[in-house]
Amino acid sequence: MSEMIREDGRKYNELRPIKIEAGVLERADGSAYLEVGGNKILVAVYGPRESYIRRLLEPNTGVIRCRYNMAPFSVDDRKRPGPDRRSSEISKITADALRPALMLENYPRSMVDIYIEVIEAEGGTRCAGITAASVALVDAGVPMKDIVVGCAAGKVNDEVVLDLSEVEDKEGQADVPIAIMPRTGEITLLQSDGDLTEEEFQKAIDLAMEGCMKVSELQKEALMKKYSTE
Amino acid sequence: MIYVEDKNLVIPGQILADDDYYPGRGTFKENGKVCSSLIGLVSLRNKKIRVIPLKSKYVPKKGDVVIGKINDVRFSMWDVDINSPYSGILPAFEVFGRDKKELNKVYDVGDVLFLRVIDVDEVKKAKLGLKGRGLGKFKGGIIVDISPTKVPRLIGKKGSMINMIKNKTNCKIVVGQNGLVWVKGNEDMEQLTREIIHTIEAEAHTSGLTNKIKNKLCLAIDGELPVEETEEEFVLEKPKLQNFKEELEQEEREKAEAEKEMQAESEVEQDSEIETEEEADAEEDIEAEASEEKDTGDKPNFYDVIEELKKKSQSRKDKNLSYSDKSNNNSFILNNR
Repeated sequence: MSEMIREDGRKYNELRPIKIEAGVLERADGSAYLEVGGNKILVAVYGPRESYIRRLLEPNTGVIRCRYNMAPFSVDDRKRPGPDRRSSEISKITADALRPALMLENYPRSMVDIYIEVIEAEGGTRCAGITAASVALVDAGVPMKDIVVGCAAGKVNDEVVLDLSEVEDKEGQADVPIAIMPRTGEITLLQSDGDLTEEEFQKAIDLAMEGCMKVSELQKEALMKKYSTE
Repeated sequence: MIYVEDKNLVIPGQILADDDYYPGRGTFKENGKVCSSLIGLVSLRNKKIRVIPLKSKYVPKKGDVVIGKINDVRFSMWDVDINSPYSGILPAFEVFGRDKKELNKVYDVGDVLFLRVIDVDEVKKAKLGLKGRGLGKFKGGIIVDISPTKVPRLIGKKGSMINMIKNKTNCKIVVGQNGLVWVKGNEDMEQLTREIIHTIEAEAHTSGLTNKIKNKLCLAIDGELPVEETEEEFVLEKPKLQNFKEELEQEEREKAEAEKEMQAESEVEQDSEIETEEEADAEEDIEAEASEEKDTGDKPNFYDVIEELKKKSQSRKDKNLSYSDKSNNNSFILNNR
């Protein structure tokens, strides 16, 4: 049963092809571009910089803010521009997923801004956004404990599979996106949408963890490629 | 047990060593393992591991000399942007002592100054001052911004890199520890210098950089590669540069040197380029300038300088301070993001 081939020809534990590039924007302090299957995501990081919003600043540490935005042309039906319920939620969970990895104690009263722009969407943008955002944070030189990486697993046709595409997400029975810090395996984000038995849920997490580890290698490769000499 | 070598490129979260090593800057200890917290190059000294960051933001430190732009004029101080997450303040009494004057007539919004960090308080706000030789306002020129971590590399050992650029391009260059560099000279040379500085920033972690830059400069200015005598220098300099480990170890010392270098630099600059705050000084400036120019002999812009300084003192009387070099105004690019 594990030999089943999915709609787009992948195996149950196979990721979509991924391409990550660090440091693509000139003006941002740090940036990253990521493609996963049909997703195209651009992330810009600014800071640590002076917090221009007084009420947000913390006297003993820096703060991060995150904005996830989908371009109107990123999906098949035109998306109404501007923030909506979904993007506000993703903005928040992305910031929460990245925060445990940041070490901003040396930058009190400062702010780090992360802008995630989805240029094309094809399922799994929140995980892709987290993955790209942490590469951009490293590129910006923000001190971090680990490079956070996101990946989803889900249930399609009664089968637990890795990295759902848009079709699988819509027609599938469940979607479990997670984000982890790969060195320690700590989970920084865990959401679950749909019906899963306890056993299936455990299986989905294990599968997603495995996927995260693979993506993490690609993140490291992208950063090394950008900065290694020659 | 150590997992990396000196000078290796590491990324955040990478395990560098086990318990028997000490975590230095850019690293942290977790579960008995020393890990990197930055993307940068490893620096090993005895049993202490540090990571020299490739990119970082400037955090003000007492005693640093920085280049800053006036952001706001307040009742008794100026707000200064020092290319950092933290803004600097320049209190009025640092400039005029006990006298009371109108602040915006001395330094106005947009002016670029060379300052010293006098004190940093617990919320990292930097108190700035102008006491010291060479500190003051810049006139004309361009601002180039680089990562503050690359400043020691731009200056080089005992100022080798920066002096070479200065000699070759005939530009006046002042480097602030906050990663801003002021360049003034011939317009083409300013652009060339900017290019060169960016090249140094991009290739700061490669060895033999001074020679590479020298060749590039010679090619751009003289249209040919340096001749025999520089070849000899090449041989002399090479072993020094290739020993990157030693270089990294010397970083701290270099920082101190850099500071001295900049002070020395500003001494040269002071009389000709920097406006001092006392009006009486303007007259002295002219004299100093004149004698200095006579000493050096046939500098073509001698009379121009005199004229400029006269105009300057004139405009002071008019209480109307501005850049004498209006055309250069728009080439001030202070990083304000």
